[in-house]
Amino acid sequence: MTERLEACIACHGKEGRTINAEYLPRIAGKPAGYLYNQLVNFRDGRRNNAVMSHLLQPLSDAYLREIAQYFSSLDLPYPPPQAPKVSADALRLGETLVLRGDASRKLPACSQCHGTPMTGVTPAIPGLLGLPSAYLSAQLGAWRAGQRRAHAPDCMGEMAKSLTPDDINAVASWLAAQPVPSISKPIASLPAPLPIRCGGVPQ
Amino acid sequence: MSVRRGLKWAAALLTLALALSSGMVLNERYSDGEIAAAETAETAKPEQIERGEYLARIGNCAGCHTARGGETYAGGGAVNTPFGAVYASNLTPDKTTGIGAWNANAFYRAMHEGRSRDGRLLYPAFPYPNISLTTREDSDAIYAFLMNRVAPVKRENTAHTLRFPFNNQLALAAWRLLYFKPGAYQPDATQSVSWNRGAYLVQGLAHCGACHSTRNALGAPIAGHAYDGAMMPLNDWYAPSLTARNEASVADWEIAQISAWLKHGISERGTALGPMAEVVYQSTQHLRDDDAQAMATYLKALAPSATPLTTIAAASRKADAQSEKLYVDHCSKCHGDKGEGKPAAFPALAGNRAVTMANTTNLIHVVLAGGFAPATTGNPRPHGMPPYYHLLSDAEIAKLLTFVRSSWSNNAAAVTDLDMVKYRNALRTP
Repeated sequence: MTERLEACIACHGKEGRTINAEYLPRIAGKPAGYLYNQLVNFRDGRRNNAVMSHLLQPLSDAYLREIAQYFSSLDLPYPPPQAPKVSADALRLGETLVLRGDASRKLPACSQCHGTPMTGVTPAIPGLLGLPSAYLSAQLGAWRAGQRRAHAPDCMGEMAKSLTPDDINAVASWLAAQPVPSISKPIASLPAPLPIRCGGVPQ
Repeated sequence: MSVRRGLKWAAALLTLALALSSGMVLNERYSDGEIAAAETAETAKPEQIERGEYLARIGNCAGCHTARGGETYAGGGAVNTPFGAVYASNLTPDKTTGIGAWNANAFYRAMHEGRSRDGRLLYPAFPYPNISLTTREDSDAIYAFLMNRVAPVKRENTAHTLRFPFNNQLALAAWRLLYFKPGAYQPDATQSVSWNRGAYLVQGLAHCGACHSTRNALGAPIAGHAYDGAMMPLNDWYAPSLTARNEASVADWEIAQISAWLKHGISERGTALGPMAEVVYQSTQHLRDDDAQAMATYLKALAPSATPLTTIAAASRKADAQSEKLYVDHCSKCHGDKGEGKPAAFPALAGNRAVTMANTTNLIHVVLAGGFAPATTGNPRPHGMPPYYHLLSDAEIAKLLTFVRSSWSNNAAAVTDLDMVKYRNALRTP
């Protein structure tokens, strides 16, 4: 399979670990349903990256599912956390939003959907740890601006639109500074139903 | 005759020509009016609908009449032309925004004459100069399929963004006077049934010439240069000549290799890439075996171009050690030490016309942006070429490609830094 997927590996790194580039996410070990949704979203224009879209244009759903399965099945060590470059206040804000949300703004905690260990939930909710803060803030920013979308109802789009640029910076910096737990796999299910409906997630 | 008298005569002639042509133009514009709605779709038979679905695939109607990520046939795909963008219309049977109020006559007139139901002239980005050859029977089958098998989607058509004067119906009418006549396929009795079927599809519904035929500055095919190759409108890909042996002619391929290539996007002789990978994925992989063979028969028999528009130039400089190292580091793992490739996985680069073609647009594009062969029943898990836009500089790619074009049996001109500048803006997207 690696021989077929050289095109993915060139950017996302050997066996799906990212090369040294802040805007290229690691894909190894992410939930297969999440990876599949992203492949389809790039192919069909809900996510925008010209190179990704171009590469995926002539590929079938069946093959995209197989590619997603392949990268999801990889179990590889994660890089150490990034030293945060923001103020202690910003880190505190990030931690609060990620772990507790903000009831006054009707913002659920990130962990309510992405799991308490924040390693994601099978089959379609991604983990938030082990990713560079530049990538995380770029994604939240793109969602906020409507440049990254998911199947309707687009829950992450709604969430990101409720965040300010300062919130995004704080959340991304705090997440990137956390170590990935020794059990890095996505959890099987959430203790409570999702607080918001998400098109790409079976509910 | 003095110069001044000559000019007067020329002016008078020009005025007369303009008067005549505007009369003809107006006649063309208004002679045919609206076609009323009628109930014909309900009489369609299941076999006719099935055939229509097949034909719509061969015409790749959905390729343009579907926006990326949008509902199939609900329109909105952009056809970029040198004159601006034309947006394909909603072909679903919605009564107000689609073709729900059209009847089979109006549909055939659109296919055959390039006119909308209200008589408005359609832009030839809708390839009616090719599709005009489609028989009434085939047109009716496609209509029956769209009306009966496609769910109505309410989606207003996107307005075209053509520049003046190309956005003007009179200008379009003048273009049509010069370059378009509704046609019908005339079988050639000296050729086989299969050749004739292939000619009907290639020239007509499959509209291969829409990309592969050389065009003039007004976007009209140049007489005598059908299938001689052309740049795609955004200058980001080149649709190679199907008549030139040093480009994409299949004259020396076996019929089975050509039809396998159309159906699977890959054969031992080559791999579909870029826009053609999409055509194979969306359209030609669905060809019935007899139709694939028919198209292959016709394509194989295309007359070789008498004077190819592009030729292989002699290598003008030899590659240096740095170029060879670039090849070894980045390419040899898949394409082999001697550019021999690996069958069914990695194309050979030695003797590969996509590598040695005079026009290097596609070669540079593939190195910058990578690409997968299409996923088809014959090749459901295709291999992909990685993009290098972020790993190699323009100068490195020029050196690398010069090495590849002049090594082993290859003997093609160098890729210069200037070529990279020329194409990079069109190709380097993120």
